[in-house]
Amino acid sequence: MTEFTPYSALGGGLLIGLSAALLWLFNGRIAGISGIVGGLFQPGDRPWRWAFIAGLPLGAWLMLQAWPTGSQITVEAGPVQLIVAGLLVGYGSRLGSGCTSGHGVCGLGRFSLRSLVATITFLTTGMVSVFLLRHLGG
Amino acid sequence: MQWLAALLVGVLFGAGLLLAGMTNPAKVINFLDITGAWDPSLVFVMGGGATVAAAAFWRAKGLSRPLLADVFALPTRKQIDLPLLLGSALFGIGWGLGGYCPGPALAGLVLGRSETLLFVVAMLGGMALHRLQSGRSKTGPKL
Repeated sequence: MTEFTPYSALGGGLLIGLSAALLWLFNGRIAGISGIVGGLFQPGDRPWRWAFIAGLPLGAWLMLQAWPTGSQITVEAGPVQLIVAGLLVGYGSRLGSGCTSGHGVCGLGRFSLRSLVATITFLTTGMVSVFLLRHLGG
Repeated sequence: MQWLAALLVGVLFGAGLLLAGMTNPAKVINFLDITGAWDPSLVFVMGGGATVAAAAFWRAKGLSRPLLADVFALPTRKQIDLPLLLGSALFGIGWGLGGYCPGPALAGLVLGRSETLLFVVAMLGGMALHRLQSGRSKTGPKL
C-alpha cells in the first residue's frame, strides 16, 4: 500500500513540467530522459546532456533536505527481476524513441500522436505486467 | 551556457521526481495496479507535467529560436510504426516489473540503494544493446 498523495504528486509534476518547459525555451531540446542518456556517449552535443543527467540526483538530494519523507522507498523486485526490468526499460525506450518523460510529459504536451500512442502502449503493458506479477502468481 | 541551463533544469527535474514519489518503485507499481491497491497519484504527476510543458510549447511557437541555441530540435517522425509500438510495449513491461523508468532511477541513485544502481546498470546495458543493433543494421543489408 502507498498513500494517495495528490498534492505532492501535482507539485512534483509541475516542477517536472517547468523543467521541460525551460529546457525547450532555453536550449530547444525535448526533456526526454532516455533520449538524453542515449546521447551521453555519442560525439557531438555531450556537455549539456551530462549536465542535465548530473542535475537529476542533485535535485533529488536538494528536495530530500526539504522533504525527508522522500527517502522512504520500497523495492519489491529481486535482483534478477531488476536486471530484466532494466534491460527492457533501456532497450525498449530507445527502440520506441522515448519513455515516460519524452512521450508522457513532453509528447503529450505538444499533442504528438506518436507520443499518445506510445504512452497508451506502455501504460497498458505496464498494467498487464503488474497484474500478472501480483495477481496471477509470479 | 547551454550546459549551465541544462544543469539547472536537471536539478528542477530531479527535485520534481522525488516530490512526485516517482523515485519510490512501490508507488509506481501501485499506480499500475488498477485491479489492486491502486494509487492514482501518478495521474497528477503526468497531468501537471504535460500541462506546464504544453504552455511552453505553445508559447515557443512565437519564437524564431530558443534563447541559448540556434534551433528548436523538434522530433520529425510522425508515423506510428513497429519500433514505436514494440519499443513502448517492452518499456512498459520493464516499467511494471521494476517500478523504475529512466529519470526516477537516475535521480533515485542519491537514496543510496544497491537495487537502484543494479537497475541503472542494466538499463544502460539495454540502451547499449539497442545502439549495437541499430549500428549493425545501418552497415548491413537493407531489408
